[in-house]
Amino acid sequence: MSSKTQVPAVEGWFTTDADEPTLIGTRCRACGSYFFPRETYLCRNPDCTSRELDDVSLSRTGTIWSFTNACYEPPPPYVSTNDPFEPFTIAAVELAAERMVVLGQMVDGVDVSDLHAGQTVELVIDTLFEDDEAEYLVWKWRPTDGKRAG
Amino acid sequence: MSEEVAVLGVGMHPWGKWGRNFVEYGVDAAQRALADAGLQWDDIQFLAGSDTMRQGYPGYVTGATFSQALGWKGNRVASCYAACASGAQAMNVARTQILAGFCDVAMVVGADTSPKGFFAPNSGDRPDDPDWLRFRLLGATNPTYFALYARRRMEMFGASEQDFAKVRAKNAKHGLSNEYARYQKDFSVDEILASAMVADPLRLLEICATSDGGAAIVLTSMDFARKHSSNPVTVAAISTVTPTYPQTVVEMPDIATDSAAAVAPPDRPFRDAIAHAAYEESGLGPDDLDLAEVYDLSSALELDWYENIGLCPEGDAEKLLNDGVTTIGGRVPVNTSGGLGCFGEAVPAQAIAQVCEITRQLRGDAGDRQVEGARVGLTVNQGLFGHGSSVILKR
Repeated sequence: MSSKTQVPAVEGWFTTDADEPTLIGTRCRACGSYFFPRETYLCRNPDCTSRELDDVSLSRTGTIWSFTNACYEPPPPYVSTNDPFEPFTIAAVELAAERMVVLGQMVDGVDVSDLHAGQTVELVIDTLFEDDEAEYLVWKWRPTDGKRAG
Repeated sequence: MSEEVAVLGVGMHPWGKWGRNFVEYGVDAAQRALADAGLQWDDIQFLAGSDTMRQGYPGYVTGATFSQALGWKGNRVASCYAACASGAQAMNVARTQILAGFCDVAMVVGADTSPKGFFAPNSGDRPDDPDWLRFRLLGATNPTYFALYARRRMEMFGASEQDFAKVRAKNAKHGLSNEYARYQKDFSVDEILASAMVADPLRLLEICATSDGGAAIVLTSMDFARKHSSNPVTVAAISTVTPTYPQTVVEMPDIATDSAAAVAPPDRPFRDAIAHAAYEESGLGPDDLDLAEVYDLSSALELDWYENIGLCPEGDAEKLLNDGVTTIGGRVPVNTSGGLGCFGEAVPAQAIAQVCEITRQLRGDAGDRQVEGARVGLTVNQGLFGHGSSVILKR
């Protein structure tokens, strides 16, 4: 990471704790349903009418549900990071306690051939893109086998 | 079992990359549907337009846009948007008008002119819009989601890239003689597997293109239809269901699923529930189907649909494909039109085009791709943001 100001690419979706960053969701105080991104108004369980939704840190690790890559550069509002474009990998990750699946890019250097369903990954905060003023941060997934530090 | 309406006429403008105003495709399809029904524009009492988000204001008010282009005459209109399922919603509005007794003759029209390359969200910074966020934060295009489902099949059921390519090769053969298809070209499995990887494991020839096209149907009351046709095709069901909480498969454009921590997932996941609602409404079931048009946004997704519409248990779709069951000549041919693989997606027209194909098949008008003795057909599709769409037609 560079010396520029570091700014979350989206406000309030994750902590930037250096050692143990987490996604921030909400949880319904009445029925216990989790929401990510944060639902802040009304619990979306149709049998619940609670408006009491508390911020909660989601599990930092999960298991891969599925994965793919982007072989061509996505259109805006995706922001280019490499010229020429370099493919990146995306995973859908199941969080056991929350019983939900959250998408995220894999850290650089992880190829689809390195992945399989059920594999354990952990959350890291990494650079999404940079401009002249700042470095914009996002969550990414990293295999926990240690072979690929992101 | 609900009352029925008839499909008295169908019409399509050929799919392609024509680059003209979308209204022209819709008007052309409408005129073809009217001619097919043996009716005039003046006979239409109600027009339901299937909207498009890519053509500015005329695209948001297509009921009026197409009515104005055909010539204002005081008919009533509706304009419907439900992403890829827009056409089914428009059909359902027209059907409801007829069944409620407000009119006897309605037309449904959808058309689009599509941009080149990936569909992208509307411009401008919109950090509250999940469709904007998934591109910004993840670089997740539509093929990203198709590929996640495809890879899941490989991981769970041992599907292979070969299986996926076989779906596309089958549909290429089906679409060869379809004059409305954009690609009337035979592709071998090897050619498909040699095309560029877009979103692993899906290749360029396995991901549907974006096309220009237009489709229209004339829906009428049964009384009206019997005066014009001795044996009309009827609409036995239209399903436009949304998911049931918790939705546990990550769907475009979402970044996460619902949580099943507090509420167990529904017995039927969303894609299963779409066709199920149509079966319930019609009193028919998967065993009654002679053919189906399913939304093959990718080659692999067609295999998911086999299971979702009940043609086989989960995990058996590859066997169904490889046994030839879903090829013309098999027990339940799927995507006899050639599917999205041969058409490319013209979003607001696509659900209507599915109904056009099934109608032609049930009338015995499908030429070289005719399914012999077809009596019952089903369409299924799914629109972004939780829109199910399934229509059952019978004769």
